[in-house]
Amino acid sequence: MRLNNIGYLLKEGFRGVFQHGFMSFAAVCVTVACLVIVGSFSALAYNLDEMVKELNQTSEILVYIDADLPDAEAKSIGTQINLLDNVLEARFVSRQEALQNFIDDHEGDSAFSGVQAEDLRHRYVVTLEDNTKMKQTDEQLKQLPGVAKTNAAYELAEGFSTIQDVLHIVSAAIIAVLLVVSLLIISNTVKLAMYDRKDEIAIMKMVGATNGFIRLPFVVEGFCLGMVGALLAFGLEWAGYDAMLQKINEVDSLQLFSFVPFRELLVPMVAVFAAAGMFVGIVGSWTSIRKFMDV
Amino acid sequence: MIQFNNVVKSYQQGNNALAGVSMQIEDGEFCFLTGPSGSGKSTIIKLITGELKPTSGTIHVNGYSLERIRRREIPYLRRTVGVVFQDYRLIEKMTVYENVAFAMRVVGAREKEIRERVPYVLELVGLSNKMNRHPTEMSGGEQQRLAIARALVNNPSTIIADEPTGNLDPERSMEIMSLLQEINNLGTTMLVVTHDLHLVHTFGKRNICIDEGLVVDDGLGEDEEVAD
Repeated sequence: MRLNNIGYLLKEGFRGVFQHGFMSFAAVCVTVACLVIVGSFSALAYNLDEMVKELNQTSEILVYIDADLPDAEAKSIGTQINLLDNVLEARFVSRQEALQNFIDDHEGDSAFSGVQAEDLRHRYVVTLEDNTKMKQTDEQLKQLPGVAKTNAAYELAEGFSTIQDVLHIVSAAIIAVLLVVSLLIISNTVKLAMYDRKDEIAIMKMVGATNGFIRLPFVVEGFCLGMVGALLAFGLEWAGYDAMLQKINEVDSLQLFSFVPFRELLVPMVAVFAAAGMFVGIVGSWTSIRKFMDV
Repeated sequence: MIQFNNVVKSYQQGNNALAGVSMQIEDGEFCFLTGPSGSGKSTIIKLITGELKPTSGTIHVNGYSLERIRRREIPYLRRTVGVVFQDYRLIEKMTVYENVAFAMRVVGAREKEIRERVPYVLELVGLSNKMNRHPTEMSGGEQQRLAIARALVNNPSTIIADEPTGNLDPERSMEIMSLLQEINNLGTTMLVVTHDLHLVHTFGKRNICIDEGLVVDDGLGEDEEVAD
């Protein structure tokens, strides 16, 4: 293929988009629909993942220090706790501080009015690097000298971790299925457009056009359709996401759900939409044309 | 030059379309290929254009050995062989000029070459005054002239005309045959596949007659007495 033909082939590819108006419109609509569904599901999965992560990060182990231990020794246990592998941070809470928290939590409740600081223990609030290893870390903490008792909700942590794993698998499966469906639909749509030009392709073959020369305009056309579809889908996704966020903020006055703003998804979504648009456009047209090349 | 040496072509169903064809058409020759329906004429065309490969035997077309030609070489073989069909196979949405220019563009010709060559070829086939018409606005004879111009524009050394007069009345048929002869006079090898024995007799050119996949006669058309 000569270099001076590239311009002609690209022009033919762009022209094809407008020449096959209805088919182009159908292919773009299918791309937009599939990408919006994939995008919405990915955004939802990302938000749920973030929410679960946030909930998970609030999981902590409470380490109660032996009541008979002097204050200085109680404070020194923190060094040993921090030396454990999975410990991110161990924050010391004195019995006075614990009493103050207790009073704050039970304000106005006369049943607890007689509680003294001496009734409570010094403690550590331990946050972990990996909550899935909470049970092992809890066992290690219990072995430390001076530790009287621990309180770890590892069933809850494991539950969060399971939810996250399931979410990852389900979203990956759904996104994969939707991408395959888009590819098949686009491939068929392009095939219909190509059927319209089968005589043209046969003539090209007959007069000695190479396969590359015949393919390139169709691939350019597929690329254009895929990119236009991706661009429109991105715009719709952005507008739809912002509208949804606004609606949730109006309804959810307690801020139970914390959705990330769209700008946080912008770069990955642009990249994924552009790649998916390009992929379905090029692969869809490439696979469709193979059938018509066999002349 | 087209050369067939003991060519056999069997289809998957097991029937032999060609049962050992040997023939040679020299450069610059004008030759008819006749025979009843199903005799193997279409198979010969498909073998010459590389659409089919022979089951056995050897075929040489314009320097290519077709029994061992590579897939990527086929477009280059086809550039040496122009084909004209009974049903013209023109692109209706393109004008006369565009139909011919298209054939040059798809083989990578430069715009300057196209602008020079297309009017010359249209002049040769008598369509220079209809460059901006569409095929649907033209008569059958004119459409066939356009198909000939398209086959000719890339300057092939051979033209194969498959029933070029099959859809035309006798007067238009003679015009088309005269045009093919003019092109042959300019040095292009011409192979005309036809059922019309009247044409064969009128032009008195070499006629290769095929029946049941074999060459049953090879001689001058005026001596032929082949029944369709």
